[in-house]
Amino acid sequence: MTMTIAILLTVITAATPLVIAAIGELVTERSGVINLGVEGMMIVGAVCAFAAAQMSGSPYVGALAGVVAGAGYSLLFGFLTLTLVANQVATGLALTILGLGISAMIGENFVGAPGIKMQPIAIPGLSQIPFLGPLLFRQDLFFYLSMALIIGVNWFLFKSRSGLKLRAIGDNHASAHALGIHVLRTRYLAVLFGGACCGLAGAQLSLVYTPQWVENMSAGRGWIALALVVFASWRPWRLLAGGYLFGAVTIGQMHAQALGLGIPSQLLSAMPYVATIVVLIAISHNRRTTLINTPASLGKPFVPER
Amino acid sequence: MRIELEKRPQVSKLFSYLSPLLALGLTIFFGAIMFALLGKDPVEALYSFFVEPLLEVWSLHELLIKAAPLILIAIGLSVCYQSNNWNIGAEGQFTIGAITGSILPVMFHEWHSVAVLPLMLVMGMIGGALYAGIPALLKTRFNTNEILTSLMLVYIAQLFLDWMVRGPWRDPNGHNFPVTVSFSREAVLPEVLASGRAHWEIIFALVAALLVWLMRRYTLKGFEIAVLGQSERAGRFAGFSSKRMVWFSMLFSGALAGLAGISEASGSIGNLQPSLSPGYGFTAIIVAFLGRLNPLGIVAAGLVLALTYLGGEGAQLAIGVSDKVTRVFQGLLLFFVLSCDTLIHYKLRIVWAKARALGGGPAQ
Amino acid sequence: MKKLALALAASAATLFSFAVSAEAADKTKVCFIYVGSKTDGGWTQAHELGRQQLEKELGDKIEAPFLESVPEGPDAERAIERMARSGCALIFTTSFGFMDPTIKVAEKFPDVKFEHATGFKTAANVGTYNSRFYEGRYIIGQIAAKMSKTGTAGYIASFPIPEVVMGINAFEQGAKSVNKDFKMKVIWVNTWFDAGKEADAAKALIDQGVDILTQHTDTTGPMQVAQERGIKAFGQASDMISAGPTAQLTAIEDTWGAYYIKRVNALLAGTWKAEQSWDGLKDGILTMAPYTNMPDDVKAMAEDTQRKIESGELHPFTGPINKQDGSVWLKEGEVSEDATLLGMNFYIEGVDDKLPQ
Repeated sequence: MTMTIAILLTVITAATPLVIAAIGELVTERSGVINLGVEGMMIVGAVCAFAAAQMSGSPYVGALAGVVAGAGYSLLFGFLTLTLVANQVATGLALTILGLGISAMIGENFVGAPGIKMQPIAIPGLSQIPFLGPLLFRQDLFFYLSMALIIGVNWFLFKSRSGLKLRAIGDNHASAHALGIHVLRTRYLAVLFGGACCGLAGAQLSLVYTPQWVENMSAGRGWIALALVVFASWRPWRLLAGGYLFGAVTIGQMHAQALGLGIPSQLLSAMPYVATIVVLIAISHNRRTTLINTPASLGKPFVPER
Repeated sequence: MRIELEKRPQVSKLFSYLSPLLALGLTIFFGAIMFALLGKDPVEALYSFFVEPLLEVWSLHELLIKAAPLILIAIGLSVCYQSNNWNIGAEGQFTIGAITGSILPVMFHEWHSVAVLPLMLVMGMIGGALYAGIPALLKTRFNTNEILTSLMLVYIAQLFLDWMVRGPWRDPNGHNFPVTVSFSREAVLPEVLASGRAHWEIIFALVAALLVWLMRRYTLKGFEIAVLGQSERAGRFAGFSSKRMVWFSMLFSGALAGLAGISEASGSIGNLQPSLSPGYGFTAIIVAFLGRLNPLGIVAAGLVLALTYLGGEGAQLAIGVSDKVTRVFQGLLLFFVLSCDTLIHYKLRIVWAKARALGGGPAQ
Repeated sequence: MKKLALALAASAATLFSFAVSAEAADKTKVCFIYVGSKTDGGWTQAHELGRQQLEKELGDKIEAPFLESVPEGPDAERAIERMARSGCALIFTTSFGFMDPTIKVAEKFPDVKFEHATGFKTAANVGTYNSRFYEGRYIIGQIAAKMSKTGTAGYIASFPIPEVVMGINAFEQGAKSVNKDFKMKVIWVNTWFDAGKEADAAKALIDQGVDILTQHTDTTGPMQVAQERGIKAFGQASDMISAGPTAQLTAIEDTWGAYYIKRVNALLAGTWKAEQSWDGLKDGILTMAPYTNMPDDVKAMAEDTQRKIESGELHPFTGPINKQDGSVWLKEGEVSEDATLLGMNFYIEGVDDKLPQ
């Protein structure tokens, strides 16, 4: 395996959980709901996935458990913000704090347990292609799902009727409601989808990235995922690019150190965050493109008028 | 069956007072269940959590020490959130304020004068304000979302502190550990009472709470904040500029966060080190919401949250629960407060499907 | 009515806790403060295991409560004071960042004794304790040089504090004693505990051509990567063989139990004195995990080195050693002073990295 492929594989592993969590949040935000609880949902997904894999012996059961856990946890968020119309920013933060606490409690019994890693699946034929083969077609389920999600969500949002309705809600929930679109029901589904994706991303952390359970193992990736959504102007393909850019910077700074480039490690560690800010400025700069892509009702509570 | 919300014609005064108490009650109730599930005596557990920390003078001092930065930062955040500016970066402003406030004691530690401490505090406030100015600038000039910019800046601030304390500002006599020189006596925030460790930061917090309360109640600025927070358009008709409010609210909250930062470094620790803050900037966000963005509520909320920290520690020793319980408690409290708050603005109605179909309504 | 019930319940609880504490008053209290979670699989868990050993050994005479996840900074002082107030006779504060808080509380409670791990400030009632991890690092440096085919090791380092720099230098010394041209690549991950980051660092190092890994961070992330990629690695703070059954050569295990038992016995006998203790392999404060996955001659060499260090015949930092800039640090036969090591902020010759100054 050449060094380039090896490094790219590492980048893929690092970028995949970001992409999965972010695409879920993208759908949620496109429907007009901002869920800052991504970190909490990811860590809950990670611990449940690990626990389920330990108890069943199968990482696939674990992945499923992660998805269910993430979705279930997001239901709490949905109930508070959609039915009880609570403040979305605060509720999301509460989700994160509670999630970190609960996951630590659940995980206590699993610290030090040997991890069960999900093995890569080689796609027959395609995986023989030189260079691209081992890179793209000999990967684990999470990578394939991340790609499928990007393609699927892009199609859903921009090529399907339901997606159009969802985007309409995100832009102007009052008008959407007047047109007879189920605002709350769609938003619930969007929140659940977001939760499921975050749970799946968390599962990747404890089943592929570092197959073990460690407290707080999400290590702030949920917040990066949130940044990615904005970075991508709420467009799936840009999100993919952003996720990989971020993964590349994270891995790149390690290599820079190993090569002895002599740059202070704190500066290198700060690179991903600085990069995010720079890109945020670049894309928000043009007011028109921002307005076209930002869901205008983002964060605003909706109560159907009778 | 469906839960429906009916907007109250007026904000319910009753529930404004009842809601936080109801939330606290629910938290205690579910907390008791959680303890029982963990195999601990719920009464004893709740007692060590909520009552025991209040029984000793020493402990009360610690309560004030813990609550002070939370209240101080949250007061600033309340102004931001009320005006719809979501400053999530208080932790970063806290850190930068601590750094700028420490310039005098670290770089000029030979200068002994009464003026050192006040200057430190002012410089801390300026540092915090300037750092909060970055997301403000990005929002007003480039339209970038302040939640994300302020959050990213938190990580950058922490890495900067780490670099400063390991590099240029490292104490030459500190065996190369990442700590600055200890602040000289004039540079340490003094204690308020001799009976314990509580220092002036709690006074700052209470003064800030009072000032903001007065501002909201009696000044045009306060009115401006409320109006712009509710509706930018309405504000514009009244001649208020939402752009200037972005600057005002962000700089104000940054200054308070910076003041908290230097007060912590000076009063609680006595030097600068990477572990300056156990997440005060983020916990303060919770305090702001628990206090429902009201200065008096924030003081109460800060004390309650500090109580959970102290109680959690005491409970570890008294009944052997793990520290994770504290976080779960805090998360539960926030959840219940947010849920119960709905009752202030809305009436809850449970609607049965059959009745709805008869009543007719917009095609669903 | 409800208030009355609540008040009754509260008073019952108070009486109950009094009863419990009265019972326990006969036993001496020896207390522990942890910076991390007792199940962190690393630094704190090792101290917790030591505490459990202490309880098992002397449980009839002492009780050993603890506080975990106490952040360094302002909370630490409160936590330590809480323990002092709750009747602890001896308090172990197990992280460097607890140093100033320990001193401050010790001033207020002159009758309580304190021991601070890895610190350097003492007082009449405050001692410090540390473990000569560098002895272990020297041994693994030797093993690394013998086992590596590319002659380059990867070092995943946390923060550039003296402890870590000492470790890197000791590793390099050990490696050089076998192979004069042994190289090292260092990545600073700026965390003690982040499995993902450590794993990324491990992958980066391996991709850059190292074929042996060592770490000064606490999770099994790097070991797992090593196991997967088929290269050898060394465990840290605990035996990581379960994460790396064919990868781990040995590990430096923090085994504080023997030390804690020793000090508590001194306390009970009335002979406890504040001192700056720095025990090593021969005192059992650190233990090398069984040497495995290596050929017998390497194992024999490691065991021989260990024996020499334990008997005092060999000190890892014995001259001639030059600093990285070429200047002379130790002359031929000269052994390093403890004080220099405790404040180490320079690399020795051969380490290919720049220390943040």
